Amino acid sequence: MGCIMIFSGSEAAAKPRKLLMKGAEAIGEAAIRAGAKAYFCYPITPQTEVAEYLARRMPEVGGVFLQGESELAVANMLFGAAATGARVFTSTSSPGFSLMAEAMSYIAGAELPVVFINVMRCGPGLGGVLAAQSDYWQATRNSGHGDYRCPVLAPSSVQEAAELTLAAFELADRYRNPVIVLADGMIGQMMEPVMLEGLAAGEPVEKPWATQGCGGREPVVVKSLYLDPQVLERMNRRLAEKYAKMQTDEVQVELYNVRERHDLVVVAYGTMARICKTAIDRLGKEGLQVGLVRPITLFPFPVDAVHSAARHSAAGVVTVELSQGQMIDDVNLALGELGRSAFFGRSGGMVPTPDEVTRVFRDLVKRGAA
Amino acid sequence: MSREEVVIAGFGGQGVLLIGKLLAQAALDAGREVSWLPSYGPEMRGGTANCTVVVSDDPIASPIVDHPRGVVAMNRPSLDKFEGSVEAGGFLVINSSMVDRGAERTDLLVVNVRSLEMAQELGNVKAANMIVLGALAGLSALVGLQQIRRAVEHAFEQKPRALEVNLRALEAGHALAQVEIARAGAKGRGKGLDGSGGAGGAGNDSDGSACGLH
Repeated sequence: MGCIMIFSGSEAAAKPRKLLMKGAEAIGEAAIRAGAKAYFCYPITPQTEVAEYLARRMPEVGGVFLQGESELAVANMLFGAAATGARVFTSTSSPGFSLMAEAMSYIAGAELPVVFINVMRCGPGLGGVLAAQSDYWQATRNSGHGDYRCPVLAPSSVQEAAELTLAAFELADRYRNPVIVLADGMIGQMMEPVMLEGLAAGEPVEKPWATQGCGGREPVVVKSLYLDPQVLERMNRRLAEKYAKMQTDEVQVELYNVRERHDLVVVAYGTMARICKTAIDRLGKEGLQVGLVRPITLFPFPVDAVHSAARHSAAGVVTVELSQGQMIDDVNLALGELGRSAFFGRSGGMVPTPDEVTRVFRDLVKRGAA
Repeated sequence: MSREEVVIAGFGGQGVLLIGKLLAQAALDAGREVSWLPSYGPEMRGGTANCTVVVSDDPIASPIVDHPRGVVAMNRPSLDKFEGSVEAGGFLVINSSMVDRGAERTDLLVVNVRSLEMAQELGNVKAANMIVLGALAGLSALVGLQQIRRAVEHAFEQKPRALEVNLRALEAGHALAQVEIARAGAKGRGKGLDGSGGAGGAGNDSDGSACGLH
């Protein structure tokens, strides 16, 4: 666009009001309010607006804005900067995220808090620049090598993109673990009203492990290399306990129109979940009860919420994604003895309209009733 | 439950996204819920660009719309692509400076805007998109001219010299829409544009899923 309009910014700070912001800008602003001290980046569509926003804002708050020579460099800058205990983060999109995977494994191994924002585009390979949700597996299992996991937060609106970015920094510090904010391209590009008031960092977490100069105390070492197998297994077990605690304590989920009994239960996240909500509202007017379980945390996955909503559904469960079917694996694991989920997905940058989703749901209900 | 959706489409560089942003900002200033969803290629100019603006009194679920209440077609491919999608009784703004045909639909309120010629007469061809925005302000049931005017003033804060011609362009487009609304009213068409808000969605396709129902 030739014309850049900035509706957001500090001049509006006087009285709380909603600002019209792109998801990418809201993510950048939320990170600043979370107290992020350094942002390293390499541009890639559809989230370069995060970098554009922070190139202006980071210097205003005395933070570091640095565009690296590649995603590899960026991810290793994060590794180094996080070792000092500062809140640091990056934003990228799918192919760039893949390039950061090696460093991410080292960061997880060294137990460093780093926030990775991945605004997904369609793949594989360079794919295309349009919105997709085809990196679910990569984000929720592990992008790099080794036995590690990361919390994955999936916003469904611009407001939630801001809130979850803030939450990601808090989680990262609390668990000494990398955290991923996984958004589809529409969240990055869409403008919606955002209330920034109240977005502020929580109580600072003690970081005795941070390398900030000994100042008389014993030196600390930040590393992921453990050549003694007994020591490394102890470390792996400790990490596993950490991930188990996340699964108990950190699940976030939205239930929409979830009741005692349903004609159909839908599981969807991100923008896709909003399109499903419109379809659900329409079918409600036709007298059909369709419930939506929207995972906000993809890891830890809301296993109980999915299982419990699915228990009384005449036509079972359908998973809807902007992919050929990835989250459906977690839905099926959650369903267990209840059976398997049906699937509807579009990919390659194609996004289904409310009409299309409404038809799919109606057909599933009809088939379930038959 | 008032709700209105507009798709604004054209070539990249015609100000399509800007028109949508100003409409969205005006809607936010009016205390409404709003979403602005762009769709465009990697090019700065040329290529196709469109955005969908949803304005509502309630939280907005899908930012993607099947049957918008209105479409702004800044070029021929956009008219060809989106004319069929407008909900019955909705509106169509055609940038007739760049579109060599009229509307095929007979159930819509149509405003043909010779935006380039009008902008030239006002003294700055770059204000063409503000004429279109003015027409949109005249057609929208949820966002008024004064709110859009304030959004434009805010957008041109750093360019006071350009503001004046853009405001005149806005007024000119608004006046043109008023004329068309009056004419359609005389012919008994344009129902639903008389302030009855989104309730004019009756008679939609068999799917019955026009967004006016929400």
